[in-house]
Amino acid sequence: MLTFILRRIAATVPVLLIVAVLVFLVLRLAPGDPAAILAGDAASTEQIARIRTGLGLDRPILAQFGIWIGNVLQGDLGESFYYKTKVATLIGQRLEPTLALSTLTILIAVAVAVPLGVLAAWRFGGWFDRALMGLSVLGFSVPVFVLAYILIYVVSLRLGLLPVQGYQRIGDGFWTFLRHLVLPSVTLSVIYIALIARVTRASVLEALGEDYIRTARAKGLPEIRVLVHHALANAAVPIVTVIGIGIALLIGGVVVTESVYAIPGLGRLTVDAVLARDFPTIQGVILFFSFAYVLINFLIDLSYVFLDPRIRY
Amino acid sequence: MILGNWSVRIGGGALAALVLIALAAPWLGTVDPTLFDAASRDLRPGEAGEITDLDGETMKHVFLMGSDSFGRDVYSRVIYGTRVSLLVGILCALLALSIGIVCGLASGYLRWLDGLLMRFMDGLMAIPAILVAIALVAMWRGSLATVVVAIAIPEIPRVTRLVRSLVLTIREEPYVEAAIALGTPTRKIMFGHILPNCIAPLVVQATYICAFSILVEAILSFLGVGLPPDIPTWGNVMAEGRAQFNDYPHNIFFPGVFLAATVLAVNILGDGLRDTLDPKMAKRV
Amino acid sequence: MSVLALSGLTIGLPAGAERPEAASRVSLTVERGEIVCLVGESGSGKSVIAQSVMGLLPASLPIRAGTISLMDENISRVPEARLRQLRTTRMSMIFQEPMTALNPVMTCGDQIEEVLRFHSEMRLPERKRKILDIVREVALPDPQRMIASYPHQLSGGQRQRIMIAMALVLDPALLIADEPTTALDVTTQSQILTLILELQKRHGTGVLFITHDFGVVAEIAHRVAVLRLGELVELGPRDEVLKRPRHEYTRMLIGSVPTLTPKMRPHARPALQDAPLVLETRELCKTYAERRWLGPRREVRAAQDVTLEVRRGQTLGIVGESGSGKSTVARCIVRLVEPSGGQIRLGGVDIARMPARTLRPLRRRVQIVFQDPYRSLNPRRTVGEAIIEGPLNYGVPRREALERARRLMELVRMDAQALARYPHQFSGGQRQRICIARALAMEPELLVADEAVSALDVSVQAQVLQLLEEIRTRLDLAMLFITHDLRVAAQVCDHVAVMQRGRIVEYGAAEEVFLRPRHEYTRALFDAAPGRGFAFAST
Repeated sequence: MLTFILRRIAATVPVLLIVAVLVFLVLRLAPGDPAAILAGDAASTEQIARIRTGLGLDRPILAQFGIWIGNVLQGDLGESFYYKTKVATLIGQRLEPTLALSTLTILIAVAVAVPLGVLAAWRFGGWFDRALMGLSVLGFSVPVFVLAYILIYVVSLRLGLLPVQGYQRIGDGFWTFLRHLVLPSVTLSVIYIALIARVTRASVLEALGEDYIRTARAKGLPEIRVLVHHALANAAVPIVTVIGIGIALLIGGVVVTESVYAIPGLGRLTVDAVLARDFPTIQGVILFFSFAYVLINFLIDLSYVFLDPRIRY
Repeated sequence: MILGNWSVRIGGGALAALVLIALAAPWLGTVDPTLFDAASRDLRPGEAGEITDLDGETMKHVFLMGSDSFGRDVYSRVIYGTRVSLLVGILCALLALSIGIVCGLASGYLRWLDGLLMRFMDGLMAIPAILVAIALVAMWRGSLATVVVAIAIPEIPRVTRLVRSLVLTIREEPYVEAAIALGTPTRKIMFGHILPNCIAPLVVQATYICAFSILVEAILSFLGVGLPPDIPTWGNVMAEGRAQFNDYPHNIFFPGVFLAATVLAVNILGDGLRDTLDPKMAKRV
Repeated sequence: MSVLALSGLTIGLPAGAERPEAASRVSLTVERGEIVCLVGESGSGKSVIAQSVMGLLPASLPIRAGTISLMDENISRVPEARLRQLRTTRMSMIFQEPMTALNPVMTCGDQIEEVLRFHSEMRLPERKRKILDIVREVALPDPQRMIASYPHQLSGGQRQRIMIAMALVLDPALLIADEPTTALDVTTQSQILTLILELQKRHGTGVLFITHDFGVVAEIAHRVAVLRLGELVELGPRDEVLKRPRHEYTRMLIGSVPTLTPKMRPHARPALQDAPLVLETRELCKTYAERRWLGPRREVRAAQDVTLEVRRGQTLGIVGESGSGKSTVARCIVRLVEPSGGQIRLGGVDIARMPARTLRPLRRRVQIVFQDPYRSLNPRRTVGEAIIEGPLNYGVPRREALERARRLMELVRMDAQALARYPHQFSGGQRQRICIARALAMEPELLVADEAVSALDVSVQAQVLQLLEEIRTRLDLAMLFITHDLRVAAQVCDHVAVMQRGRIVEYGAAEEVFLRPRHEYTRALFDAAPGRGFAFAST
């Protein structure tokens, strides 16, 4: 088991390294002087000079990368000229809302999508299946922000059921926290539900065509047992995989959703940083999101061992 | 055979209609989408007002979809926006596909390149697509070319992986092995046996990239990091409508419907093509 | 009271199928303690009948008429809930593919336990005892470990034993076995057949045994039912049907079964020994090594020290069970895989390590025909294009290549019109003929047939074998014939090499090897061949 984990970790290192290189290059490939860009539009010549020596911009590009990655490994993502704080601190401050939003979204999505997908596969070709497939295409096609505005308009403005915008920290009371989070999470979960439901349906459908399902039916098992213990259990790996891959979609969605609902999270930070051309923050946030994505998929990789005994340590 | 599929008919028909709208934009009762008139600000859909053209002449105009806070005609901007969206979708799909095919074939056939190239693609794929696009546009500043490239780049690894896995599967097929035994040169095997058997899934993939690109372009514009605000795109129209959404929802409603309908049409077309061209993949997803 | 009685059973096919009914007015009975074999070629409807009894037919295959009586209860129209009750308590089924018929993510013990949990009142300790008992009864070694194992940790034979344990744990009156040994190696097959016979005798179970293999029929059947395109053409006691078949179709089928006695080849065997050497391998080795980061290095020695020779006009057979390395040797010789050691001498030139450029002119001398006729032809190319591909590669003008293709189609007994059509329009046997024509278009000296007839029905197989034999004599070809089927090998080979775990264990003239096998493994292999001592009707 330990060598398995080590091997998997070893496999993620090159990916993380390449992510780091790409994020590093984004700035170097930008037209103009990286030091001037990093310092921001309002910086003085001294500030720019200080940054230049700090990053070793007078040295070869490889050495520059070395300095930069050294800083990153120590948790130093540079300083935001717009917010005048360390980027790492900034990310720490903005983490809670994003984490809360994503967690609730994933919970909603999995709880809704998996049963729907199984049901559609079971009634393959029937009205339920066709309706779900139709709705899932729609779910893929309606942009997050359009959906967000529709929901705000109907639920908040017309019916007045939930707050329109904003975020309440979990420390300020769980109920208000949840009330503010429901609408954004539902908005964000739609595309995710569409994705997971489709994959669940497809992989359960594939499992249902396998010989062992015929065996299970020949054993005279109740249909629900056949569906859950035999079909779904065998479809688990692709479903969990797509939950992991979908995190990328989710992060994209977070950026938009947080902007529309005015949630002060990392997504909002990203947009603000881009609008302010605050490059240290852009770099830091992208690096953070990507590492989180790789980490989650690494954990999902590990979970395969429990889901499928054929996958060896 | 392809046209017998209802999804292809509906999706393709809707898409054809949108292409016609894009081409015929000037003759559909529109005015120049950049024109504005201070007297016609924030009109509701269907209200009449006036608009001033570039020569300073004022004329009567009915604002079918209302006007925005600058007094521009939302209808004209939405109709012209069709052009931008379709163009972005098609260009992104073509760009991602052509680079992805080359990389995928190279990776599937040149063992020494495979490890390196695929690690690079893994890395690129680990950065969420929208973030890549946002970062690139932020760096290069928005123009049609940069937006297209920025949206297409994160799609390249997906195409590469698809092509590579197809190549690896197909090259194990007995008919490819038979061709090797028949002394067919590698280049001919690649383009004569393997690529033709990849086309169906690639066409399907292209439609999905097209749909996704249209969405991402709208998101970028909406967030204010896409095409410059004076270019009439659906995302830009919606971005301008954000502040007054509570009072004038039409600025978001109409472009939103067009955007969703377009993406829906492309996705439905993609599903239909997948079902007819590539039944094996249809079972998978 | 019969255990099972089918009466006028008619099962429909969806509109647009090649015939209106999957099974037409089939009547037969299975008595207590009796084994009835249902025999037929692919598409005869035998599996459909088996599934109809279990109530497992998809909605697209409805029972149109007739009754199915299980212990005098008509179950052709009962609700699903009743069928569910009857499954494993009164009727059970085992399937062809033990590899895929068990749930891969559930332990074998749990899969047996499920049956007890849903069909008996037993409590947990009792269930555990029962599972252990049945696993012992199917003669699995180390029962505790077997119960805790996942299917992928067991061999094919062991999995089939688990299937049998699962099917018989509640002692049903009827066991339906749908080709239960077809996917197994011949030695495992014989063990499983023995087990089924034993258990069936002990419990007095009635067995409906579905198979395409007359050897198996001869081995176990009490009565035989022959099915052709959904119709029962002959039904009777085993010896009656196999030795004195009445129906013409049964006669044809039985006549197509190759015998295990090698065919004597009168034409000048000594002369063959002097024929020029076409292919010679010396100590050919192939090792697959898997290198992984931070992991154990695994090596699979697929072929070791394989030394053999084929002369012009001669057929060398390589026989062996799955995993014996026979296909690896074939693929090395065609250079589809790189050998790790040894020599492959083609007309005196060693090609084992020859780089692609120098190898190219030599490639045309060796051609291969694969097992799977459905994947051997590019679906997007016409038959004509497939056949002329090789000649065009070697600079034959298109017109001439097409002319050659037309002649070859005639040689393989196909219409020249077929050249313009696509592979999906042909049956398996026809495609295999096309593949042979494609190989012959290169005018090779050596033809490698890698299980080339294994996927075909017995009557088609007989035709293709005859064709290969004809071509070999007519063109004076050398042939390397890879097969797992001893009967087929006995029919076509002059020399035979028997492989086991990557090595040749016995190598010699066919009649020597077949009639006086020296190696223990060869003898075990022949002993396991089903129906070996049975005298089938001869045509």
